[in-house]
Amino acid sequence: MRKGQYRFVAGFLFIPVALYLIFVIWPYLQTFGYSLTDWKGQSQTFNFVGLDNYTALFQDDIFLKAIWHNILFLVFIPVITILLALFFAFMLNAGGRGRAGGVSGVAGSGFYKIVYFFPQVLSLAILAVLFGAVYRSDSGGMLNGFLMKLGLVDESGPVEWLNEPNFVLWALIAVVVWHGVGFYLVLFSAAMQAIPRDIYEAALIDGAGRAHTFFRITLPLLWDSVQTAWVYLGIAAMDMFILVSTMTAGEYGGGPDHHSEVMATVMMRNFLLYGKSGYACAMGVVMLLLTLIVSVVMLRATRRERIEF
Amino acid sequence: MGSTTAENNEPEAPGTTTAEGVGRRDLIKRSAALGLITVPTMSFLSACASGGGDDDSSEDAQGETSTSNPFGVKKGSKLDVVIFKGGYGDAYAKAWEAAFQKKWGVTSTHTGTQEITGKLQPRFNAGNPPDIVDDSGAQQIPIDVLYKNDQLLDLAAVLDAPSIDDPAKKVRDTLIPGTLDAGMQEDKVVALNYIYTVWGLWYSGKLFKENGWEEPKTWADFLTICKEAKAKGIGGLAHQGKYPYYINVAIMDLIAKTGGLDAMKAIDNLDPKAFVGSDAAKAGVEAIYEVVEKGYLMPGTNGLTHTESQTRWNQYKAVFITSGSWLENEQLKQTPADFDMKFMPMPLLPDSKMPFEAIRAGSGEPFIIPAKAKNLPAAKEFMRMMLSKEWSTLFAKEANSLTILKDGVDPGVQLRPGTQSTVEASKAAGDNTFRYLYTEWYSEMDTAIQNASNELMAKRIQPAEWLKRAQAAVDKQAKDPDSKKNHRD
Repeated sequence: MRKGQYRFVAGFLFIPVALYLIFVIWPYLQTFGYSLTDWKGQSQTFNFVGLDNYTALFQDDIFLKAIWHNILFLVFIPVITILLALFFAFMLNAGGRGRAGGVSGVAGSGFYKIVYFFPQVLSLAILAVLFGAVYRSDSGGMLNGFLMKLGLVDESGPVEWLNEPNFVLWALIAVVVWHGVGFYLVLFSAAMQAIPRDIYEAALIDGAGRAHTFFRITLPLLWDSVQTAWVYLGIAAMDMFILVSTMTAGEYGGGPDHHSEVMATVMMRNFLLYGKSGYACAMGVVMLLLTLIVSVVMLRATRRERIEF
Repeated sequence: MGSTTAENNEPEAPGTTTAEGVGRRDLIKRSAALGLITVPTMSFLSACASGGGDDDSSEDAQGETSTSNPFGVKKGSKLDVVIFKGGYGDAYAKAWEAAFQKKWGVTSTHTGTQEITGKLQPRFNAGNPPDIVDDSGAQQIPIDVLYKNDQLLDLAAVLDAPSIDDPAKKVRDTLIPGTLDAGMQEDKVVALNYIYTVWGLWYSGKLFKENGWEEPKTWADFLTICKEAKAKGIGGLAHQGKYPYYINVAIMDLIAKTGGLDAMKAIDNLDPKAFVGSDAAKAGVEAIYEVVEKGYLMPGTNGLTHTESQTRWNQYKAVFITSGSWLENEQLKQTPADFDMKFMPMPLLPDSKMPFEAIRAGSGEPFIIPAKAKNLPAAKEFMRMMLSKEWSTLFAKEANSLTILKDGVDPGVQLRPGTQSTVEASKAAGDNTFRYLYTEWYSEMDTAIQNASNELMAKRIQPAEWLKRAQAAVDKQAKDPDSKKNHRD
């Protein structure tokens, strides 16, 4: 390396590392520090209480319930989103059979691709308002209004979608999936377009149907993208704060009666409303650990040999 | 933290010029190592503890005191005002600030916001709070939490100062009796709940006239009206289901009116028989459940937000709704011109200890002065002026609500029908007012009872189970050593 170059490179490295340390690592460490105290959140006075917060945490029914909900999200959100996105992406890129010789998507695929992407453009806040109107619990709600017109639901007994303990989680999953499919569709589409066309053509000549082409060619060659999608969706499922806190009942959401609680909403309520900030920090640390474990497990579990083309 | 990073940096810098041929890998390794060293040396635990400085709060802001300037407001100093911009807006505060500047030459920085916690929590933590705050709304910082952290000024100095309207009296003696109680923590007034609010049921005078209904004085009459309304396709009772706070107003009012002040105090004082074993509590919650069971709720009301359900009520989809007296101002735009909004006390159950006229009344919208405010003299004076007839009238004009100042509004001010009916109701109530305090003292218990009410309204639990859950919330709170400090007689 020539003189000065070292300094030049170090200059570039130093700033990102410093920013990362100050704005990511340092808050994590602080959170951990606070989680060992009885900090109440509004001043800088507190006592060291050791691991008391953590012991209390694992006897807290509400928090354990919240972890369970996060796990449910973790299973269902990635699976449903990825399956739908894969299916649509395949149909848009290699599902068409009409034209002779080439491999192409179904008719109008360019149009669909844009339409599917629309939800991704909306911010989560808008999404919450939008689906608030869809799930609204009286005749003014879109779902209820529709079902009433069909005569399936009685005017005097509308379905209180987000107030049904057994339905609220699914209602939330539907929102996330609706929002996410478009993005992963575009991601998978891009990856699919990188797959050489002659592989498909060869399969076609050998008489492979849509299902065969998908499972034998598309999916294996898309594995990297699927893995990425899995990790992103997994991390999103561990959070879910914005949707739950804005759409469901109660302060910072989580209602009815904690049936839609996620770790982040329990944490915020303890942090801000109850003034149990040290305790909330312990929840934050547990959230961090769980999210880390999930990411690592997902990356490991989905690791496969990479095919280059 | 900055200094330690710099120290670790120093030796590295001169090295760079001479170190020829250092590979990219080494460089990355060194940077990583640098990072690893930096973090632990930041001695994080101690840094946590000392995030905020101990700045001298009011060194520059203290002026000379005199009889007309009891706190020593200094001309030319600055006042930092943060106002919750919710149902009452913040125009009133701007009017105050203009008046304050005119009188004292103190300019104000005005922040009108709904995100009180988001904006202020970091400032409290950093020891750099505003001078006066309207700590209200969904995102208020709970007063009990602020108090426990020693962030609040004891307002005794303001309350014992001479009143602006009549310097012979103390400010404290010009207020409606009992209105300071809601701002008490332990035995100090640390929050000035400025707005005089009454809670109860609301209805449309027009709808009543059209149907020939009279204000129901007993629960049986109330149910009769609900029944007649249901026959006409109108819901009986609406509530703001997404926020069970509101239905708790109805439940708790019934309990207090049936069992008298003792039943109320039992709850505030975390009595082991506050709910389970209390006849009043049983009667109250069963009465509300009767409404649910007979199908007199407005359809879907359990899942609606406050704006959604109140707007439905304004569209004559329900006869009654529970709320406090901010309702009229909140619904200004949605209320039809001939709606004729009316307030009424909770109807009576048989053998009630309180008369029909008794209402939950008290002060709301806590204004606080942070203990570490930079300009304490001006903040105190500002609060003293808030409790003058001039500023109280300004408030009534801008925000359609009354303040805790006795006869605080110029008779010349024309009030809206709802506000007018609250004035009449509180006159009729006289000394028969009551006010729960557990909502200010124990946020966690309050939330637990709200959750139980939500389940009750959705018919997922029965009154007996509600009582058990409410009692469990009380018992859990009683175990918290901090709760020993709060008690009312």
